[in-house]
Amino acid sequence: MARYTGFHRHNRPLALYFGAFAVFIYLPILFIPIFSFNSGWYVKFPLESFTFYWYVDLFQRETLMRAFWNSVRVALFVSVFSTLFAIPAALAIARYRMPGKAPAVSFIALPLVLPGILMGTAILGLLNWLDVTLSLATVTLGQMVICLPYAISVLLPRFIDVGRVLEEASADLGDPPLRTFFRVTLPCSLPGILACLLMTFTISFDEYFMAFFLSGAEITLPIYIWNQLRFPDDFPSLLALSTLIITFSFVLVFASLRLSGVGDSVNQERSR
Amino acid sequence: MISVRNVSKSFGKVNAVRDVSLDIGAGEFFSLLGASGSGKTTLLRVIAGFEGVTSGKILIDGQEMQDSPPHMRPINMVFQNYAIFPHLNVRDNIAYGLPRLGVPKPEQARMVDEMLEMIALPEYGKRRASQLSGGQMQRVALARALVLKPKVLLLDEPLGALDKQLREQMQLELRGLQRRMGITFLLVTHDQEEALTLSDRVAVMADGAVIQVDTPAGLYDHPRSRAVAAFVGSMNFFDATIRGQGDARRAEIAGLGHQRLNGQAEARSDGDRVLVAVRPESLTLSPTAPEPPHPSVPGRVEARQYLGGRQVLYVAVEGRAAPVAVAAVAQRDVDPWENSEGRQVWLTWGPGAMIVLDPD
Repeated sequence: MARYTGFHRHNRPLALYFGAFAVFIYLPILFIPIFSFNSGWYVKFPLESFTFYWYVDLFQRETLMRAFWNSVRVALFVSVFSTLFAIPAALAIARYRMPGKAPAVSFIALPLVLPGILMGTAILGLLNWLDVTLSLATVTLGQMVICLPYAISVLLPRFIDVGRVLEEASADLGDPPLRTFFRVTLPCSLPGILACLLMTFTISFDEYFMAFFLSGAEITLPIYIWNQLRFPDDFPSLLALSTLIITFSFVLVFASLRLSGVGDSVNQERSR
Repeated sequence: MISVRNVSKSFGKVNAVRDVSLDIGAGEFFSLLGASGSGKTTLLRVIAGFEGVTSGKILIDGQEMQDSPPHMRPINMVFQNYAIFPHLNVRDNIAYGLPRLGVPKPEQARMVDEMLEMIALPEYGKRRASQLSGGQMQRVALARALVLKPKVLLLDEPLGALDKQLREQMQLELRGLQRRMGITFLLVTHDQEEALTLSDRVAVMADGAVIQVDTPAGLYDHPRSRAVAAFVGSMNFFDATIRGQGDARRAEIAGLGHQRLNGQAEARSDGDRVLVAVRPESLTLSPTAPEPPHPSVPGRVEARQYLGGRQVLYVAVEGRAAPVAVAAVAQRDVDPWENSEGRQVWLTWGPGAMIVLDPD
């Protein structure tokens, strides 16, 4: 008879399930770095010899480097502006009583679930009708449409946490609303704002549909990758590129989760 | 110092504050006492400027303030959960409001030092809010407000989160501080003991209205309604009828016989139905039938509540559903009321013990 270890005891079936889950999600991704160091052209076992060649090759491709810097620029603009626009929106939702708030918030979140291909087509149609030339600027605009609801949903819990009371205390001590915002609201929600910047940066950097529909002559990195897939001898280089992107994205997402405190509840549970 | 004139505040269809008028003098320690939902916190928030008035006026030091935002009002507040800024240390919390007043930097530092000294936390300047105990946060909140030398300090249940001993200590400190600084304090509390201990005057609130404003002793000895009598201290209530005329008037208490009135309820005459209220400590219990002059009523001890320094005996009396509460001093050596449950006793009270109120 096994000894009773308490209500929150270890659960073997759940642990196995977690293992299977992790394998299902991460096994395919694991292949990318493995083959990026393989000297052969084809993704197949057995591996040939170990090489850094594909990584070195990346930096000699001018169009790739150009696409990379385009992506970085677009992602910077998208993250900064969608965060800037999301701050007042999230603050208004967190602070004010207004009629029809709940449906309005759901409506704002709608782009999160709309298929990207629909949004892309719709915005392209609109831009054509307005006779706007496609460029990185239109890509930026399109990605902001996608990132704004994400940004609001990252910021909203943070603003709710900071709470009205601290702002009331600041007003009570003599600060008018704008000063209160800069002296209390902003510093107290800084972790959430940083998390929001990182999250939207990552989304923009990886985004495909808007970049596909709305870019002109200049392209972003995901489009470049898609274009190169047609050439088999470029494939190992793409694997190397993907490895770098995966590592970079992991770091960013992990940092933003840490900042927005997603892991906190788990850690608290453990220390109990 | 503060004049509240016919102030009402409603949220949609809920009337949180109804036609309240109060005058609070300079240097007074004034409390708003009431159960939760009585409107006391809403009234405080209206005075602080966090809520607007629906109608009425608020004058602070003679100036109409009901339409000014909080940062324009010469008052400061100690919040219920202190609202210490978590991103600032203790010094910066205390100095928060000083730049707006145009106080130069070195002077700010001196004032903060003075405040840290006053709240007996001189070593804590560099600490963060998360490194403070409840009592320490309480003091920082107090210092942060008082350093601005407000005309009025509002306190929203400031001691509610503290444990009993600390609460009693802070009560004494608050009172001492208020006396020394001469600032008007307006305290909101649901704790009647706290209100009685601290205040010069207390306004009792129920259902958004002020039902009595009085000194602590006035409230305790001369409540003007059942609500106040029941809320402040504990009280026995008896239905009664006035009998007789002039000096010979008596109260005839259902089932308990007659008792001569001692000048109470002068406006009432023969046959009026009233409510007689008697404090537990105004009743006397004796193990044998006492001699006149005072009438006595036989009863049986139903339960005993031992409270250390005193005790309360609940006596069942014939013809009355609720037992009568009687307070007695606890004796150190031989306590006559130990194991007294079930014992036959006699209840006595003098004419001065009765408070005559309107019937329900």
